[in-house]
Amino acid sequence: MKFGVVVFPGSNCDHDALYATANNVDAESVEIWHKDTQIPSDVSCIILPGGFSFGDYLRCGSIASFSPIMKEVIEFANNGGYVIGICNGFQILTESGLLPGTLLKNESLNFVCKDVHLKVESSNCIYTKELEAGTVLRIPVAHGEGNYYADEETINSLETNNQIIFRYSDSEGNISKEANPNGAINNIAGICNKNGNVLGMMPHPERYSDEILGCNDGVGIFNSILKNIKN
Amino acid sequence: MNTYKAKIKITLRKGILDVQGKAVEQALHSMDYDIMENVRIGKYVELDITAQNDGQAEEFVREACDKIIANPIVEDYEIEILEQA
Repeated sequence: MKFGVVVFPGSNCDHDALYATANNVDAESVEIWHKDTQIPSDVSCIILPGGFSFGDYLRCGSIASFSPIMKEVIEFANNGGYVIGICNGFQILTESGLLPGTLLKNESLNFVCKDVHLKVESSNCIYTKELEAGTVLRIPVAHGEGNYYADEETINSLETNNQIIFRYSDSEGNISKEANPNGAINNIAGICNKNGNVLGMMPHPERYSDEILGCNDGVGIFNSILKNIKN
Repeated sequence: MNTYKAKIKITLRKGILDVQGKAVEQALHSMDYDIMENVRIGKYVELDITAQNDGQAEEFVREACDKIIANPIVEDYEIEILEQA
């Protein structure tokens, strides 16, 4: 299968995503420029990578969500295509309306750059199908605006529909305030849409996909995608 | 067609924790400005717009606010339309 990594001006994890998907799992990967108006027909999973698209001007992800390629990405997602947004990519997904809620400034006001633990809450989507619910992953975060917020009704519906895929936890999988790096409601680190084909997450699995880095917990997500997307 | 200046004031919705405002409030209190509280920080956007009348100008600006200038999930906005001399 082939991944397509969208490159916006200011993306800085695009090459990590390309490397992880082309070298750490048995897939191919191709760059897609944000001004392109077509997604290559052989791409079956789009990655919106991390970074600071358009300098994070106005709001993180807001200007990128109006890049020409996003019209195609939205249509691709609405037709059931698989889209994963990582960090700034998650912010682009909420700004474009593909995922509910928004990412506010971290409660501490600090840019947080460190390893966190993530508890896999649901294996109901292709992104975590090969990871058992309850599995704890060690993945880095690097963001200033990762504090997930949505109104009560939206949060309830995310909880009821098992759309919360990852929560910040300690290494044992306990969900606590101490394990929450940014103040996100209910320790939410990653959510998917109702159909399960669009995933947004603040932590960076592509940065922990190669064994040489000492931890490759992130590769499980890409392997899960690979195993569950039919070519 | 006329040219107008739109002044847009964007604020975080009531009830949304404003961490920047909190930090500034703490700084003010550490400067002994205990008389100041409930600091809220927002954004101010100005733009020029050509439209048939001020009503139409406001309609377009409101549309742009809902689409991109503000985030309706967590922000409120106020628009002021002024005719350009």
